[in-house]
Amino acid sequence: MTRPLELTTDVLVIGGGPAATWAALKAAQAGADVVLADKGYCGTSGAAASAGTGIWYVEPDPEAREKAMASREALGGYLADRRWMVRVLDQTYAGVNELATAGRYPFPIVDGRPLRRGVQGPEYMRRMRILVRRAGVRILDHSPVTELLVAADGSVAGAAGHRLQTDEPYRVRAAAVVLATGGCAFLSGTLGCHVNTGDGHLMAAELGAELSGMEFSNAYAIAPEFTTLTKTAYYSFATFYREDGSVLEGAGSTRGRSVIARALLREKVYCVLDRADAETQAKMRLGQPNFFLTFDRLGIDPFTQRFPITLLLEGTVRGTGGIRVVSEDCATSVPGLYVAGDAATRELICGGFTGGGSHNAAWAIASGAWAGQGAARYAASLGPAANRRPATGAGGAGLRPTGAPDRNLGHRDVVAAVQAEVLPYDKNYLRHGDRLTPALEALHGVWREVRAGLHGTGADAVRTRQAAAMTAHARWMYTAALARTESRGMHKREDYPDQDPAWRHRLLVGGLDEPWTRPDEVAPVGPEEFAALGSPGLAGTSGAYLRAAS
Amino acid sequence: MIEIVSRERCIACDRCVEVCPRNVFDRGADGVPVIARQADCQTCFMCEAYCPADALFVAPLAHPARPDSPLRDEDRLAAAGLLGSYRREIGWGRGRTPGARFAVGPELPATPPPIVTTVTTRTEIGEGIGDTISEEVTR
Repeated sequence: MTRPLELTTDVLVIGGGPAATWAALKAAQAGADVVLADKGYCGTSGAAASAGTGIWYVEPDPEAREKAMASREALGGYLADRRWMVRVLDQTYAGVNELATAGRYPFPIVDGRPLRRGVQGPEYMRRMRILVRRAGVRILDHSPVTELLVAADGSVAGAAGHRLQTDEPYRVRAAAVVLATGGCAFLSGTLGCHVNTGDGHLMAAELGAELSGMEFSNAYAIAPEFTTLTKTAYYSFATFYREDGSVLEGAGSTRGRSVIARALLREKVYCVLDRADAETQAKMRLGQPNFFLTFDRLGIDPFTQRFPITLLLEGTVRGTGGIRVVSEDCATSVPGLYVAGDAATRELICGGFTGGGSHNAAWAIASGAWAGQGAARYAASLGPAANRRPATGAGGAGLRPTGAPDRNLGHRDVVAAVQAEVLPYDKNYLRHGDRLTPALEALHGVWREVRAGLHGTGADAVRTRQAAAMTAHARWMYTAALARTESRGMHKREDYPDQDPAWRHRLLVGGLDEPWTRPDEVAPVGPEEFAALGSPGLAGTSGAYLRAAS
Repeated sequence: MIEIVSRERCIACDRCVEVCPRNVFDRGADGVPVIARQADCQTCFMCEAYCPADALFVAPLAHPARPDSPLRDEDRLAAAGLLGSYRREIGWGRGRTPGARFAVGPELPATPPPIVTTVTTRTEIGEGIGDTISEEVTR
């Protein structure tokens, strides 16, 4: 085997999307030496780069902020925490303004004022890469991480992976690590999400981190059939039709998506964006140019001609679940391990429902900044001795099978087996215990095979680890989905159709061979609890801050 | 998926090799990048956005186009102005204003769609380049 490339640094950021770049930037600004390792190319990889996204950017005006916080609390089932919303709104406002000034992002000017409520993905990530490089961060592109390194005391000590373009293994010794690896869309074909296979979740769990909100994992987006173009928002201008040309009543881009899912189980569904007038059509083109690439290239006028649609699973990319955050600097329960963006749970600001952009984009900026700063502080506290700690690879499934490597078990088979349980609308979207239970059993079976025999080396190890991560991810999703015996947020159970007040708490899930769940002892801080707290100061409260309202 | 690297247009800068988030391209022996792992392409159009020579074409399908597909006909796509169209739309390239400057989308309707009673004729097949595409999409 080739001798690995060896690097040492204070902070290692894993990922290359918005959260990763904000973490790297803020860690570097805090004085840390930083390495950023991206599975793809920092600037193009991930859900944000290829799309356009709104951002939860709200002027610091009390009335506007109150409205922004109140707008989605019911939708999220009141599992959010207003203290986090307040600080995310502040940090997002500062971050977006920094992007505009230091990053020279060309925000639109409307009535003489810049409009900063959204960004175009390619432009945003191109400029974030420039900011990160200018801050002195070393970027490793095409360098997927396959496992974390762990010190004798259980704290994280870096990561190891494989550089795809030079086909060489590498290791980065680091005092602290930020996981910004995104959510998991199970290679469903949703736009820009092929790198989002839940790798960070598996690596964190292997070190003992918990996850939260994994039952809120069934986001599906509308796309023209056989394309990747998931941009559900514009379908609010659509009328949906059955195969026979009759209107599919009740179908819609928001609450009516389950009607579409139900219809798709039986027949093809078509749509026309016939509710957009000429002025709206022109604005749609300006707002999201890549939305029209597909139609223009297929010779379809989406405003007058019907086209078949599908729903693609966005899993925890636009669901809210992720690695549990235990303090306001986005630390996990593993010493030295921080988490940001879609890899982290977003329940803290949106409860059991997100969808695309907006809150996710804001969370990426805010959690990225805090995780980067937190990791820099932690690294400074360890000092230069940190990288002399003995460190061993913590990767299990897909890398170090417990039995003899099974040559008949390929990563493609594993992915196909997992997809068969998580993609179908009648299992994941239209949820019922009678269908979730056998699906979870099947996934446990896949895991046992993966654990015992799935093995890869070199670039192949990247793929076996992805397959293992997707298997683990799916099991946490359905373990939590079965445990939450009610409907709340995006988690809708046909066998438990009502929201149950006894379930107004967040649900933790964890474990690898034996998944477990338990209620989060930290209670949500909704509008009423927040009002009862008065105006709590946010500074210097650290861990106690999170436990204050429990 | 990525279908075309134009041998005529390519300036062998390897930018696509560098920026593809899925590492789909390999450097070619003669300098023109090779589509080495098409199955890994995620149809994100990012390579097109970064190509300074408008030499790439990504078909908007999540599967490979058929060999006889117009989506693999370079001359036809070039004539239709589709090579480099994404880069033009987002305003990247010398002398262009970034599209981000103009990216103000419409207000989304707050009310659910009304039930439409008049049913228009279903049209799947578009004009021009799309003549034979819809069949491909719905196969």
